[in-house]
Amino acid sequence: MSAISARRTSSAAATRGGGVLPWLALPALVAFAVFALIPLVGVLLLSFTSWDTLGEIQLTGLESWRQVLTDPGLPHALWVTFLIMLLSWAFQTPASILIGVFLAGRQRYRELLAVLYFIPLLLSSAAIAITFKALLDPNFGLGAGLGLDFLTQDWLGEPGLAFGVVIFVVSWQYIPFHSLLYQGGVRQIPRSLYEAAELDGAGRIRMFFSITLPQLKYTIITSSTLMLVGSLTFFDLIFVLTEGGPGDATRALALDMYKRGFQANLMGAACVIGVILVLVGLALALLLRRIGGRDPYASQLEGA
Amino acid sequence: MTVTHTSRAAKRPATSGAHGRRPAKSRQRPNWLGGLVSWLWLAVVLIPIYWIVVTSLKTQSNYYLTNPFAPPGDPTLDNYRLVIEMDFPLYFLNSIIVAIGTVIPSVLFSFMAAYAIVRSSGASRFLRGVNSLFLMGLAIPLQATVIPVYLLIIKMQLYDSLTALILPSIAFAIPLSVLVLSNFIRDVPKELFESMRLDGATEWKTLWGLAFPLTRPAVVTVSIYNALQVWNGFLLPLILTQSPDKRTLPLALAAFQGGPYGVNVPAVLASVVLTILPMLILYTVGRRQLLSGLTAGFGK
Repeated sequence: MSAISARRTSSAAATRGGGVLPWLALPALVAFAVFALIPLVGVLLLSFTSWDTLGEIQLTGLESWRQVLTDPGLPHALWVTFLIMLLSWAFQTPASILIGVFLAGRQRYRELLAVLYFIPLLLSSAAIAITFKALLDPNFGLGAGLGLDFLTQDWLGEPGLAFGVVIFVVSWQYIPFHSLLYQGGVRQIPRSLYEAAELDGAGRIRMFFSITLPQLKYTIITSSTLMLVGSLTFFDLIFVLTEGGPGDATRALALDMYKRGFQANLMGAACVIGVILVLVGLALALLLRRIGGRDPYASQLEGA
Repeated sequence: MTVTHTSRAAKRPATSGAHGRRPAKSRQRPNWLGGLVSWLWLAVVLIPIYWIVVTSLKTQSNYYLTNPFAPPGDPTLDNYRLVIEMDFPLYFLNSIIVAIGTVIPSVLFSFMAAYAIVRSSGASRFLRGVNSLFLMGLAIPLQATVIPVYLLIIKMQLYDSLTALILPSIAFAIPLSVLVLSNFIRDVPKELFESMRLDGATEWKTLWGLAFPLTRPAVVTVSIYNALQVWNGFLLPLILTQSPDKRTLPLALAAFQGGPYGVNVPAVLASVVLTILPMLILYTVGRRQLLSGLTAGFGK
């Protein structure tokens, strides 16, 4: 048996294809197909049905779509998602690049900084939300404890403030990760580029804009893709921190989907939101790919 | 313009000679802005962490009376005792089972797939398809498909079990794992594969005997990363389980804060500290590999 497979393998390698290799990919493919691909098709199919989680699933055509698309809650949820995406990106990206460039220095203490920067990545969104909820409590939190009036606000009770808190907490959680990405990116820029620029008398700021930033192009695209697609599905954080409130000020798409599906028991309508999420995610990835001129992930595979 | 240019160029050899082997960077002006932002954000990151730890050691009455950042006058472990008596060891065990049950299969499957994708180097149509499928999986927010997953789990009669959490988590972990692992397998010199083949080794043997040991840092990176994702996962446990005894830690945390003990902030924070500890240990053990692995995996 093993002799046969050995001969097979060498002939496979000779013809460069087929043989035993495809079989090796099978377990991953099956696992991915059953719990990611089938649900991906399923979310589309279920969006044409009505299901209250207890009764039968009934085919109701475009009923759920009509219901969701005429609901003023949808444009609101889209707007909230878009704002969270845009603001958290606009805040995180410049900060992460600055920090990443700084961390890329070879000094010893910057290694230590990188170690400390990793800590938020160890915490669950639930734990982070719980912590900030306690810290920002107007009666027993930071403001009251320190006696600082500007901190003693109803942070999660006012729509504008709650929105700001969500952006801040998202940044708290993810800036470290993206800084480490940029650190890695900066370290791969050839030193000779800077030496040449220095010979030409370029200053630090000039070098940053004409060498560092252009060289980081692909890191920026990868990081932005992760940020933007990731912010589509911020669920845990918002769920624990504000539950979409006050009112529906922070009710983003992912939370909207959960509430329609598992709290209002309208699974068909929730699947419509799911389809919208998938489409927006794909559109974003394609858009960023077009901007970058190549696929932020695939590029790495074609590289070598 | 030309004058300053030449004078600088002329001066340069002298400076670098005087400073001997100092690295090129340190001759530049320091990066004030980057430094300022970095240190500032470090404070923003560390202050809440410090607050969590300090507060978890205070009694509830002390919490309301003292300055929030003052270290506790008489540190107490009572909060930790309270949390441990409240079924946290069970949630802990659940989280460990789900994490191990997810990480081992997802990393092994991903490694095999990554190996196949790299070794066929684009010659197999099937494997190219599999590769693009996983890449697509990275772009699609898989959480958007949780309702069909929920239906699937009910149909498989797995609802409200730990297996229900493990199976989808394996699938969700695969795309990124394959991407990072194949980036590393590609760095293994082709000659090594070739000599294994000439020795008559099967692909199976080459996979575990050559590629796996040589890319161990990547395997560690991916394992820790996946463990973190699963350990901190919230949505799947929320929708796929129901009974309190099937809770994993993040869900237990949220339930604890929302429950009658939620007003006891020091106890809530003690539970937060307990949930981070295993990840902190994992991070300390695999830090070097995790940091370099992540940046290499993404940043190429």
